Amino acid sequence: MSVRTLPLLFLNLGGEMLYVLDQRLRAQNIPGDKARKVLNDIISTMFNRKFMEELFKPQELYSKKALRTVYDRLAHASIMRLNQASMDKLYDLMTMAFKYQVLLCPRPKDVLLVTFNHLDSIKGFIQDSPTILHQVDETFRQLTEIYGNLSAGEFQMIRQTLLIFFQDLHIRVSTFLKDKVQNSNGRFVLPVSGPVPWGTEVPGVIRIFNDKGEEVKKTGFKHGGNYVAAQKEGAFELYGDRVLKLGTNMYSANRPVETHMSATSKNLASKTQENIAPNPLAKEELNFLARLMGGMEIKKTSGPEPGFRLNLFTTDEEEEHAALSRPEELSYEVINIQATQDQQRNEELARIMGEFEITEQPEITEQSTSKGDDLLAMMDRL
Amino acid sequence: MYRRERSIPLRGSAAALSNNLSVLQLPASDLMHFGVVHGPSAQILSSAPGGMPLAQRQLQVKVGVGVSPPLITQVHWCVLPFRVLLVLTSHRRIQMYESDGSLMVYWHALDSGDASSAQTLFARGIAASVHFICVGTWSGRILVFDIPAKGTNIVLNEELAGHQTPITDIATERAQGQDGVADMVTADDSGVLCVWRSGTVFTLLTRIPGFGVPCPSVQLWQGMVAAGYGNGQVRLYDATTGALHVQISAHARTICALDLAPEVGKLLSAAEDTFVHIWKLSRNPESGSIEVEHCHGECVSDTQLCGARFCDPSGCSFAVTGYDLAEILRFSSV
Repeated sequence: MSVRTLPLLFLNLGGEMLYVLDQRLRAQNIPGDKARKVLNDIISTMFNRKFMEELFKPQELYSKKALRTVYDRLAHASIMRLNQASMDKLYDLMTMAFKYQVLLCPRPKDVLLVTFNHLDSIKGFIQDSPTILHQVDETFRQLTEIYGNLSAGEFQMIRQTLLIFFQDLHIRVSTFLKDKVQNSNGRFVLPVSGPVPWGTEVPGVIRIFNDKGEEVKKTGFKHGGNYVAAQKEGAFELYGDRVLKLGTNMYSANRPVETHMSATSKNLASKTQENIAPNPLAKEELNFLARLMGGMEIKKTSGPEPGFRLNLFTTDEEEEHAALSRPEELSYEVINIQATQDQQRNEELARIMGEFEITEQPEITEQSTSKGDDLLAMMDRL
Repeated sequence: MYRRERSIPLRGSAAALSNNLSVLQLPASDLMHFGVVHGPSAQILSSAPGGMPLAQRQLQVKVGVGVSPPLITQVHWCVLPFRVLLVLTSHRRIQMYESDGSLMVYWHALDSGDASSAQTLFARGIAASVHFICVGTWSGRILVFDIPAKGTNIVLNEELAGHQTPITDIATERAQGQDGVADMVTADDSGVLCVWRSGTVFTLLTRIPGFGVPCPSVQLWQGMVAAGYGNGQVRLYDATTGALHVQISAHARTICALDLAPEVGKLLSAAEDTFVHIWKLSRNPESGSIEVEHCHGECVSDTQLCGARFCDPSGCSFAVTGYDLAEILRFSSV
């Protein structure tokens, strides 16, 4: 509904991704300099100027499937590799964390504070790289420019757009379950106590006014919650006390983070329907992906530096098991774009283009000769 | 006191929109009809008095081959003198159906006018006023459609200007003691309220300024405007003068829906803070000022509510929907 949602979605999900990767790199005892290089590479790709330009253009949100493809590419922007199962788990953690943060934001505008919390932490990861720091500050400036003057109504629309994106996702995350912010049925706990949002009064008061607009009577009623007044407003400047804790790093090296795949939602009918039926949005999504990733400058893997594989699970066997037992309805059906160098990919594409003209048209496409559908078919074959 | 009744299951969960529940109960029949927006589809279902679901239908807005259906913003029944129509508002379009959703009788494509690229076109806010159906739009303009007693000859009669930000909700009430005249209140994203008198031409009677907070839901009863705001406040204004009579710190999060039981003057407020409250409105016979009393509060645990309606005109029962919830929760008084 709001065409200003994508930057917020992308940056916050990206922030969560970095939190998880940072935790796993430490848990897996990856040497400090390698770990720093991975995070630096990913962050500098994320905040690349051309990419940010595309991101900030007013546009609709695309599907989880399309967005997942961008993160796939981002996660492989360095010498680190992730198997499909680990990438699935990473994306689950990212999406559930941001869903939680959006849901619990006191005011719709506070999603901007959550974004700033993520950016503040990201700056912590790259303290020794002034170039990348400058890129992040530049993004900060852009956020302030675009979102600084949006009305409460526009923020409410952004919030609704984000919630529609996260609708029906109920993956259980062990940290959330342990901290009792998520119930065993996958739904988040919405507390009815604590401070009210900044600008809201503690519920329970009825004020009566006369013709002249003067307050003549004040009575109370039992609201049912246990709220208190808000202490102070979070800072929207480049530096400042954000007050809000949502969006700060909740992972530490010692807390393993598991997700539970079973019994997520009883209402699978609508979800499976989405995945099985041919997706008519695919063409628009591919154009979006092409634009967005065209702006991503993936670093060429430097010769002597060996790559390594990061595992989001505690053992390789666990990772393998997760890959085999992932329920059908939660499969992201990723458009598998390998992180090869662009030159190589273009040659491969050209070769397949040549092959494509001879082979049969795929059955799914409704408009068989449009460019987007050809691209879709080709990508499935890569 | 109210107690939980049996829930009605939904095919798809409710979307995080405001006013995301419409209820139709026709006096002649025992059946109750419910309408809920899921996202790109809306679900219409009918149930027997006990809550047993009988028939259900899913509606979508089709805009072309190979293009995915746009998001629906609201679904609402409009009860007119000679017929009942089901209206669906979405991005880019307004669609009107026979009351059971079986047949589309009219559709209207939204005009982009002078929209910038940073604006999405959508319609939101639906109400019936005598033989008109009024629908709000993203620009703040309200479209007034003239509805014939039967058939598909629906015509866009007028476009009302009075708001500068997207319309959130519209409410109407037959003007007291006058046939063929109704009052209407429209609300928008900046909290501005406009009170209109309808007739062959709509006239703006009063304009109530906002205070920097959206007004997602509004109701009209016996010359009183009840408005629910983004900061959890419910305010009651006199519809003729626009004067503020009552201000309630009712909720800790934005209000998502208000509804009225006109026979008794009960007001229902539901918000994203998981609470539903019921209030009794009245007018002091001497001073004419509006008075309010809190009747009941209900907490729907861990559910960000998005729709709420009374199921009968005397407010003996009500229903609510919540974000991510695939059922309609029902309550009735003991």
